[in-house]
Amino acid sequence: MKKLLLSLALGLGLLTAGSFALAQTEAPTASASEAQAAAPAAATVAAEAAAPAAAAPAAVPNKGDIAWMMVCALLVILMAVPGLALFYGGLVRSKNMLSVLMQVMVTFSLIVVLWFIYGYSLAFTEGGAFFGGWDRLFMRGVWDNAAGTFANAATFSKDVVIPEIVFAAFQATFAGITCALIVGSFAERIKFSAMLAFMVLWFTFSYAPIAHMVWFWMGPDAYTGKEVVDAMNAKAGYLWQSGALDFAGGTVVHINAAVAGLVGAYMVGKRIGYGKESMAPHSLTLTMVGASLLWVGWFGFNAGSALEANGFAALAFINTFGAAAAAVLAWCVGETLMRGKASMLGAASGAVAGLVAITPACGNVGIGGALIIGLLSGFAGLWGVNGLKKLLGADDTLDVFGVHGVCGILGAILTGVFNSPALGGPGYVTDWTTVTMVTAADYSIAAQVWTQTKAVLITVLWSGVVSIVAFKLVDMVIGLRVSEEDEREGLDISAHGETAYNR
Amino acid sequence: MKLVTAIIKPFKLDEVREALSGIGVQGITVTEVKGFGRQKGHTELYRGAEYVVDFLPKVKIEAAIDSALLDRVIEAIEGAARTGKIGDGKIFVYDIEQVVRIRTGETGKEAL
Repeated sequence: MKKLLLSLALGLGLLTAGSFALAQTEAPTASASEAQAAAPAAATVAAEAAAPAAAAPAAVPNKGDIAWMMVCALLVILMAVPGLALFYGGLVRSKNMLSVLMQVMVTFSLIVVLWFIYGYSLAFTEGGAFFGGWDRLFMRGVWDNAAGTFANAATFSKDVVIPEIVFAAFQATFAGITCALIVGSFAERIKFSAMLAFMVLWFTFSYAPIAHMVWFWMGPDAYTGKEVVDAMNAKAGYLWQSGALDFAGGTVVHINAAVAGLVGAYMVGKRIGYGKESMAPHSLTLTMVGASLLWVGWFGFNAGSALEANGFAALAFINTFGAAAAAVLAWCVGETLMRGKASMLGAASGAVAGLVAITPACGNVGIGGALIIGLLSGFAGLWGVNGLKKLLGADDTLDVFGVHGVCGILGAILTGVFNSPALGGPGYVTDWTTVTMVTAADYSIAAQVWTQTKAVLITVLWSGVVSIVAFKLVDMVIGLRVSEEDEREGLDISAHGETAYNR
Repeated sequence: MKLVTAIIKPFKLDEVREALSGIGVQGITVTEVKGFGRQKGHTELYRGAEYVVDFLPKVKIEAAIDSALLDRVIEAIEGAARTGKIGDGKIFVYDIEQVVRIRTGETGKEAL
């Protein structure tokens, strides 16, 4: 089995290297034709951005936007490693500390590599309403190495573009951290190889399609006139077409990952001694460090999702700030009412709950709306890890569903409420040809909430089904759990051969 | 010769050490221990999970002394370690058969 895995990995490595070389040599022809010809076949966002070149001078990326987006990508990397890794790591027992750090770091790395091989293409090129195409396989055509020119990706403003490489790197960090989030559900008992195999399957069949459904569209510059509106809308992802609002990934990232985690918690089974032995966190200090890094990094995640350094990025920034702070207070108040004491873990969890809830809403609501979403998410998360957790009966080790699932759903639905211009929200664009926003009179909160709810249900269902099949497959081929002996000894020693704290 | 073993609250260690040096005790051995007595434990709550912590951290000090010093040693420990609240600890006294100072080979009272 080990030899098989090794040779598989080696084979994949060689294949990848070979294909990258191939992509390099092919690039000049591919992107040259795409950039200059404005051909109908030019299918990607980047090409679409370049398409109106025939009529007007091609948009040139702004240096400020490029710098901002690269910093944002770095901030999201900071969220994953070390932020999420430490947040999770501090919450497990010391004998499993390294296994959690490893699972987060290696999952993140694995997904980023897959992203550059095929994930980006599958999520962000034109294809069907559910999956993208293969135009950017091996990142083919994102730049022309002979001419030194770079393809551009659309933003949300007409005539504003950023290099597609920057967009792809920014989105790579999203894919990586989404998969790493799932780790928290089955921590302390899953087989390392089984976890990696699951991640490959889930990333391919759940992350990439949901990202495509929610976020892929042809970009504002593609809407050149009334006559193309329907055709361009039809090329977008399924949920984008339905009008679902998800600024930075409430459905794509949090609900998606949380459902996979919950399914994992059920299918991998409870930890030995769950409910009987003490499984107290081994270092809430590190959890605090991790939560703080998550908070800081989240500004890149949310404000960066504006894809340019403009007013909407600033709106997402301040909303992220306010909602997280409000949720910290709410969680602490809730805990005080429940048990008379506010805990550090509660405050840290509250911050994450608020950040999760504001993610889909950050650029779509006003500042007051963000504070309300934050407050409600603090209480919702507290319920998620107490009442709901008992109701569900799964050993979701680090409450991925209780926090990310519950607050993700809350945030996604409340986005439909506070997006309303009547409640201080910006509304949404009704016509991308003229970039006309919806008026307060035309905005129906009920209709938008229903649209949001549908997006949530589709994500839950899609991720749930993919997760069940993926876990089942991995269970049959590799087996999901480590042996009882290994679990008792701790995964640090049994899976990785090292100890976190040597004296 | 007597061996005095006392289980005390960890934060009282310095005061007890000072009190013992003050009456001429030459050395003590300190160990961090856990245990339970009438103080009982406490509960900890991590998100939804509640854990009862039965064993509380204490410090165990051991001092080998001349029998003549015994009453003063007990008095010193009692005085320094008492807070008046439940959980202050206990003092145990044992007889010592023999003491040897390893460096010099001295035995008995000479070795204390």
